[in-house]
Amino acid sequence: MDVIIENLPAYVDGFLRTLFLSVVSGIFALIFGTLLAAARVSPIAALRGFSMTYVEIVRNTPLTIAFFFAAVVLPRLGVTFQQFEVAAIIALSAYTSAFIAEAVRSGVNSVPVGQAEAARSIGMKFSQVLSLIILPQALRTVIPPMINILIALVKNSSVAGAFYVLELFGTGRQLANANGDAVLWVLVGVAFFYLLITVPLGYFANLVERKVAIAR
Amino acid sequence: MSSVLYDVPGPKARRVSLIGSIVGVVAIAGLLWWAISILAQQGIFEPERWAVFQIPDVWVLIGNGILATLTAAAVAAVIAFPLGLVLCLMRISDVAWIRIPTRIVLEFLRGMPVVLMMFFVLLVFATGSFVAVVAGLVLYNSAIFAEIIRAGIQSLPKGQREAGLAIGLTSFASRRSIELPQAIRRMLPSLVAQLVVLLKDTSLGYIVSYEELLRKVQIMADFLGPDYLFPVFFVAAAIYIAINFSVSRLAIWIEKRGSKKAAGGVVHVPVAGIPAK
Repeated sequence: MDVIIENLPAYVDGFLRTLFLSVVSGIFALIFGTLLAAARVSPIAALRGFSMTYVEIVRNTPLTIAFFFAAVVLPRLGVTFQQFEVAAIIALSAYTSAFIAEAVRSGVNSVPVGQAEAARSIGMKFSQVLSLIILPQALRTVIPPMINILIALVKNSSVAGAFYVLELFGTGRQLANANGDAVLWVLVGVAFFYLLITVPLGYFANLVERKVAIAR
Repeated sequence: MSSVLYDVPGPKARRVSLIGSIVGVVAIAGLLWWAISILAQQGIFEPERWAVFQIPDVWVLIGNGILATLTAAAVAAVIAFPLGLVLCLMRISDVAWIRIPTRIVLEFLRGMPVVLMMFFVLLVFATGSFVAVVAGLVLYNSAIFAEIIRAGIQSLPKGQREAGLAIGLTSFASRRSIELPQAIRRMLPSLVAQLVVLLKDTSLGYIVSYEELLRKVQIMADFLGPDYLFPVFFVAAAIYIAINFSVSRLAIWIEKRGSKKAAGGVVHVPVAGIPAK
């Protein structure tokens, strides 16, 4: 127990870095994922094909492979980073955006066809149908799975700890090496800080799900 | 693909979308060309870089890596599924002192990174890396399996359980012979999709020094020299994607087939923590 209190500054440091990685990659993934989803439903075949291929490949790639590529293979190819955080953010946002894209797309598909038909029949354009009718309704279905994706993102950021970033897991590894006699408590401390993010977010997802659920 | 969002294209719209397609293809091709030219500058396409694949030992190492990956995934899946079933039954038990602690444990397991669990088992129980990888995967995935099966049971009409109890089955007997068979069938696509996640997560074994495919890549690159890192990595990544892709296809196939066979069809119930891993 003492080992947690003694190393509290290190824990907080790691915790903040985990938060930083998650928030920055989360924002990038949300933007890129939404663009991918828009490309997926667009009338232009080339964009649809690109989005589909990207999502299909990334979803079947283990995250560790993505990290290995960004942090080990890319520098070998001459793309070097000042800080390994950049590599971590690239890997995390590229990976997460594929799942965001899928969530948004299935949200769009969950809006009954009649809604789009009705909008079309009163003469709305594609952009109007999407922005006034489909997306506002789709957003309600999309938010709970989106929060779950972000929870997974927080947990996934732990892989960065194995690729030279001193976030929560990386800090835990270091502390475990330094305090060989108190490994159990060191890791319990790490777990506590992860749960501090993931459990409230999970409850939030449930709450939102109940609040925005609409009977169709 | 829903096509109601936009009109059936007329000549003008067809022209616009053709131009858009061409511009899109050119842009994507340009990006690819740029990436390839960077790779070419690094001499990636020189034949001797790829000559490593003529060495039989390289293939032996890759084969061993695949085997290690698949073994860990198979062992973990075989243990995690029954455990998930038990956890699910405990989670929905009528007895509060079984239900509530199980709920806390499940919440705990689902909220933690899998790597952390592997690392925990590795250091605290001082096991080998294989046991650590399997234990980490089992702990996490049994919790997810439990939640998926629970979602399946809850998606059943209430009358199923009521009918079971009305004909004098005990609570457990009704779960076992009426609800579970239907729930598992309904949730089969989600369960198989979770197998893909499990398979992907075996690559976390790299971090706890389990000699799976990615770790073998690292070992080969260290041994052969950094020049060969890219070719070996490329092949390993392609193998990983191919394996996961086939299992994903299996999930989709089961979903299509199952929607005909399962009573009431297969269902999609979102379960926290499932989508993005």
